[in-house]
Amino acid sequence: MRLLSAVRVQEVDFNVPDEYQQLIQDDSDGAVVTFVGKVRDFNDGTAVTDLTLEHYPGMTEAILEQIVVEARSRWPVNKVTVIHRVGTMALGEQIVFIGVTSAHRKAAFAACEFLIDFLKTKAPFWKLEAGAQGQSWVEAKDADEQAAKLWQHKDSL
Amino acid sequence: MINVLFFAQVRELLGTAKLSVDASEQTQTAEALRAMLATTDEKWAKVLTSDKLLVAVNQTMSQWDAPIKDGDEVAFFPPVTGG
Repeated sequence: MRLLSAVRVQEVDFNVPDEYQQLIQDDSDGAVVTFVGKVRDFNDGTAVTDLTLEHYPGMTEAILEQIVVEARSRWPVNKVTVIHRVGTMALGEQIVFIGVTSAHRKAAFAACEFLIDFLKTKAPFWKLEAGAQGQSWVEAKDADEQAAKLWQHKDSL
Repeated sequence: MINVLFFAQVRELLGTAKLSVDASEQTQTAEALRAMLATTDEKWAKVLTSDKLLVAVNQTMSQWDAPIKDGDEVAFFPPVTGG
């Protein structure tokens, strides 16, 4: 059986070429879109040295599965991979991977963006940043909430 | 018994990751459970009455008037910041 959706929450890093190989197996797909989120050096003007991701085991996986189902109901996508790391990550490390395949690019682009926008506002993950001033919890951003809300008004392709 | 979980800043501020309470008239909704837990002390009152606090009942995001029954899992946490 072909595995069409894969959702993983893990401490270990992921390997983008490996994930890409998994996504490109189906010749009916003409488009592969991937997104990788990384630990950035600055957040809100403060230098960041590392990041710790906490999550709600069980609920996180369930929400990610629901978001993938929602994306599938909106766009004709084929394969979907969502990987989110937890634990402590150093500057520059990968945090999240979204991969989507489809016959055509528009559905793949839209579904990929939808998945990361919804993941950021719905999935129970929390970032604890460490920097020169010590540790602090990252505040939720209104811009992320607005990005997710916009999808409520966008028709699927 | 109701299993109560706290995450992220809420967990850190309360110094508690989980606890359990007996189901009673004071735990019939998420709001009632929050109000009961907020009576613990000043710190718990401050953290649990934050207007940003979110609640999930049995791992589903819920409204404050969501009913709670014996055996449920109720989690309190701040807005999510993954991705």
